[in-house]
Amino acid sequence: MLYMIVRRFLWSLIVFTLVSVVVFTLVELLPGDAATAYLGRNATPERLALVRSELGLDRPAPERFVAWVGGILHGDLGTSLSQRQPVGDLVWGRLRNSLLIGLIAAVISIPLSLLLGVIAGLNRDRWPDSILSIISLISMSLPEFVIGTLLIFVFSLQFGLLPAVTIIDDTAPLNELLPYTILPVITLTLIICGYLLRIMRTSIIDALRSEHVQMAELKGLPALRVVLWHALPGALLPAVTASALVLAYMIGNLVVIEAVFNYPGLGTLALNAIQDRDLPLVQAIVLVLAGCYLLINLLADIITFMLNPRLRTLRAG
Amino acid sequence: MNQPLVQVEQLSIGYTTRQGAVRPVLRDVSLTLERGTTLGLVGESGCGKSTLSMSLLAHLRSGSRVFGGQVQVNGTNVFALDRTALEQLRGRQVGFVPQNASQALTPTMRIGAQATESLTLHRGLDTAAAHQRVTELFQRMRLPQPEALLQRYPHELSGGQQQRVVIAMALARQPDLLVLDEPTTGLDVTTQAHVLHLLQTITHEYGMTMLYVSHDLEVVAQVSDLVAVMYAGEVVEMAPVDRLFSQPCHPYTLGLLASLPRITQTTLPRPIPGHPPAPHEARAACAFAPRCAFATQQCQNEVPALSTVEQSPGRMHQVRCHHWQHVIQYEATIPHNGRSAPREPVDTLHDRTHALLTLQDVAVTYARPRLLDRLRQRPQPPATVERVSLAVQRGETLALVGESGSGKTTLLRAVAGLKSPSAGNITFGDLDLTIPVDRRSREIRRVIQIIFQNPDASLNPRQTVGQILQQPLRLYFDRDPAQYQEHIRLLLEQVRLAPHYERRFPSQLSGGEKQRVAIARAFAANPELVLCDEVTSALDVSVQSAVLEVLTDLQNRQGVTYLFITHNLAVVRAIADRVAVLYHGRLCEVGAVAQLAAAPWHPYTETLLGAVLAPEPGAPPRLLARDVPDPAPPARGCPFQRRCPRHLGPICNEDPPPWHTTDSGQRILCHIAPHDLEQRQTAEASLAFARD
Repeated sequence: MLYMIVRRFLWSLIVFTLVSVVVFTLVELLPGDAATAYLGRNATPERLALVRSELGLDRPAPERFVAWVGGILHGDLGTSLSQRQPVGDLVWGRLRNSLLIGLIAAVISIPLSLLLGVIAGLNRDRWPDSILSIISLISMSLPEFVIGTLLIFVFSLQFGLLPAVTIIDDTAPLNELLPYTILPVITLTLIICGYLLRIMRTSIIDALRSEHVQMAELKGLPALRVVLWHALPGALLPAVTASALVLAYMIGNLVVIEAVFNYPGLGTLALNAIQDRDLPLVQAIVLVLAGCYLLINLLADIITFMLNPRLRTLRAG
Repeated sequence: MNQPLVQVEQLSIGYTTRQGAVRPVLRDVSLTLERGTTLGLVGESGCGKSTLSMSLLAHLRSGSRVFGGQVQVNGTNVFALDRTALEQLRGRQVGFVPQNASQALTPTMRIGAQATESLTLHRGLDTAAAHQRVTELFQRMRLPQPEALLQRYPHELSGGQQQRVVIAMALARQPDLLVLDEPTTGLDVTTQAHVLHLLQTITHEYGMTMLYVSHDLEVVAQVSDLVAVMYAGEVVEMAPVDRLFSQPCHPYTLGLLASLPRITQTTLPRPIPGHPPAPHEARAACAFAPRCAFATQQCQNEVPALSTVEQSPGRMHQVRCHHWQHVIQYEATIPHNGRSAPREPVDTLHDRTHALLTLQDVAVTYARPRLLDRLRQRPQPPATVERVSLAVQRGETLALVGESGSGKTTLLRAVAGLKSPSAGNITFGDLDLTIPVDRRSREIRRVIQIIFQNPDASLNPRQTVGQILQQPLRLYFDRDPAQYQEHIRLLLEQVRLAPHYERRFPSQLSGGEKQRVAIARAFAANPELVLCDEVTSALDVSVQSAVLEVLTDLQNRQGVTYLFITHNLAVVRAIADRVAVLYHGRLCEVGAVAQLAAAPWHPYTETLLGAVLAPEPGAPPRLLARDVPDPAPPARGCPFQRRCPRHLGPICNEDPPPWHTTDSGQRILCHIAPHDLEQRQTAEASLAFARD
């Protein structure tokens, strides 16, 4: 099994390298460069040339790629053009904030939706299933910004329980940031649960119909034991894969949700960087997001290996 | 303790459609099962035998319910039990052995955990004691390394081992009643014979009561004291096992027995015309009347009551037929032989003039050597099929037999061009067949057709029968589409289907009808060689013989050649001219089918023949070789060395055996000369057919 995991990890590294090449190439292909973006309307040929040589943009692309990658390996992501700061400092702080809501949402929503999915599946076509199905369909069909806005309307404007938008410095300590994470986390949880609950429901229904579950019942086992030992482990497999997909999808959604709540995360940073044509920053953010994506998939694969004895008992080689 | 263990009283189970129509699956079934006896329950698919057997565990398929009647086990009505009492019934009193062990074992749990859980729960054993008990039974079921087995996962076991585990699991609880639902269907003949033997020994020792469900009359004849025959949701006949097989009183039982291919019989078995009614179909007062040769007007109007043929204690013989007195007098006439006179067998390897298909030293391998292993020049694993040389004559039927994993399907795929051989030559007439199917000419593709085992998978469910049959016509013949209609009608007639079937979809056909459509599709191409891959093994016996009849009929008319794969030696005897026996992808024996009747045989052929069950009570199989799985063929010596009952010693393990040819043209690959084999084998004459 270890062999398989190491292999998957090496693959992830290769994919990550390819992603960095693609990101760099895409940015190269964009019309204009950092110099035109930085100077904007003040651009004259002389100034452009000056800024380009200052930023090293006059060197050939492969050379700059090597320099960029070399920098990344040393922990140097470059310098932000719009904020004149090291990109690393900007990204790490924001990453912490985004991870905070992402992790809290994942930790709450994945177990919750699996549990609710099992409840719905066990009560198939009865009232708990119907209620959960309606809720999950609603949360899946509403766009995240609508959910976010509705939550702000109810909790902040009507009842004044929670802050509507974040008015705090990005580098504020975690405990001060926490109150502001509640609404974004609820929004994310709703989105994740809606989808994952449906997957888990179908999966457990299939498992309950399988012959080995029927056999377990015919052995005279109590219902709880049948579900926990015979149905659930197999049924979790598709749900784990789906969880990875949902979390990856959530990364894309962060931009929108953070914008709705004006939350100082990676999403809002990315939005600003794109508006400012701050290319080093954009590159770094994309790379970090790609890294998160690969990490989630790697984690899902490892859990799948653990749950599936066929894979677990596989001999290396 | 005088009360019977199981009493089923006028039980009706069924479901209600969305439109509110009532569809009974079981109708008014009554049964009594005394302690210590085994009741065999036979019938074709859909007759309600599984529904009945599961009702003893108070298990209903989802959507169905009890319309009336009751099931009593140890005097309690099982359908009236609450959840806890039901768990106790299933955990302590009634054990269940399912058909499909590979599906019935939970893939995510270790064998030990799932085998012991109900012991600790219901038998109050602690974990150590439960492990001890299960290990003991694994040992009794002759599972290798029983201790280590507890730590294994189901997928690490072979099919035969999984089935033994499931049986041991049920036996470990020592239930009063064991319900077995086709527990050996799907196993190889040798494995089946071994499993049945062990099962009988152990249950006899425990004095266990069994309900043994099977579609297989041969198996039921071996294990039962009493047999109940089911048809369309009713028990139509019930008798002690010897009486049922010697003196059947229901026309359906009579028909089933006549439709069985037997290893002793070289003629085609006789099918029962028609097919059983589906639950939604209208039925006559006697459900069997439309298929019955004895039926009269009375059978259409009057539901036959259960008549008692004999009523001595413990020898009760009951039948549900108006005319059983006629049936009992009926002498089974010898079924007609639909085949042309059998040809003189010729060893075509030495006589290539008539050979239609020739295989010369063919090897097929699925293993793709890894680059690293190739660079390091590691030895490659032995090929799936190796050194197969065979010649098939025009117009003959050559049967390829062997257990699962013997490479028979692989060989067929190589001929069909679906898998290229890694070595050797395959020729069809003068044409090279080693090229894959997508590079073969239209003409070669036309003359070689294939029929698959499962028509459900090989017929497109979204096309009508007419559309399915049109495809080969369009593909292979540049003919006016206006003529298709006529051609399709003719094709349907050849497989004995009425013209209106053209507009039906596969889902509207029964299993046998679907397979006949698949046959018609193959023959639409007007082929010369038809490859048949287990074409009847998914069918019920009464239908199987109808399909065999159609195949023989077509051969007699059109002179096609069949390469016929099957694991059923009785079918081989009925339909084939010659037989080739494969073990681990290596040929062991090639000869005329008639030569199967007497020694000499290759020791593997002898083993297979010994394991064949006869459809008569009191004729147990001969268990010659162990049935432990032999995962890969040995690198040296004889392929059958590990299981051979006539193993000579080091020579078998070291030297490749030579081919011996007998005077009658039979070829045997063995270190023992045919003459010596014959002497040894006739010395122990009690084989399946020698019993007659």
